[in-house]
Amino acid sequence: MTEVKETPLKKVMIICAKAAIEDVYATLIMANGAVMEGIEAKLFFTFFGLDAITKKRMNKLHTAVVGNPGMRMPGGLPFPTLLGVVPGVEAGVSAMMKKQMDALDVPPVDEFLDMITAGGGEVYACKMAADMFKLTMDDLSEHVKAIITVGELYAMSGGDGSQIIFT
Amino acid sequence: MAQKTLAGKTVEVTDEGYLVNRKDWTKEIAIEIAKEEGIELTEKHFEVIEYLRKESAAGAQLSIRKVGKSGIVDIKGLYQLFPGGPLKYSSKFAGISKPASCV
Repeated sequence: MTEVKETPLKKVMIICAKAAIEDVYATLIMANGAVMEGIEAKLFFTFFGLDAITKKRMNKLHTAVVGNPGMRMPGGLPFPTLLGVVPGVEAGVSAMMKKQMDALDVPPVDEFLDMITAGGGEVYACKMAADMFKLTMDDLSEHVKAIITVGELYAMSGGDGSQIIFT
Repeated sequence: MAQKTLAGKTVEVTDEGYLVNRKDWTKEIAIEIAKEEGIELTEKHFEVIEYLRKESAAGAQLSIRKVGKSGIVDIKGLYQLFPGGPLKYSSKFAGISKPASCV
């Protein structure tokens, strides 16, 4: 008989490389859910994901209305791609999404980072992407602990019950 | 479902130890459930617990954000009061059902 050994999840490293509302929120909801369950969470933002922790951009994220087959009109009809190119449509759709999430007690990005770090979660920015976008700690949210390399990310990913999640 | 004797009273609990009937709840039961999780309840804990009981009775969907905005305690303080489960443990000690929210 084989013995089944349970290894409860103890730590998650969550990597976010995209700036669309849904990608960023996937990261934030998973991280917040982890700390709420007593699981250690570290977030690593890279490439366009850096928007989510850049002061100037973090609360102005958009969702893609063009090239997004999951996009629907209110009522459920497919969302015409051509409509998505009309100025203001993407902003309107994004605002609507944020409003609906707020009704479910999903806060804006800065407040969400506040909640996650209040629970002991840690937020990091990718060194290479920050260099590429010419961002320094001054441009980033106060919740960002440091700008780190991939090597440093792996160094903090070890241990039993650790998982790396790429959203 | 199982029966459990808490603070001298036999009550129904779920597999995870949440009270099935919220009216079974007493302060003594809360203290005993909290002890099992290694948490000693203070006045501040009870303020949060009373708030959760009131909101839950009114049918509200509970979240740590809501508690953080209640004016009783901020989110950091909530984590300090209920380490490892700010909403999970506070709900459990409050004798209400396990939170069904993802935030």
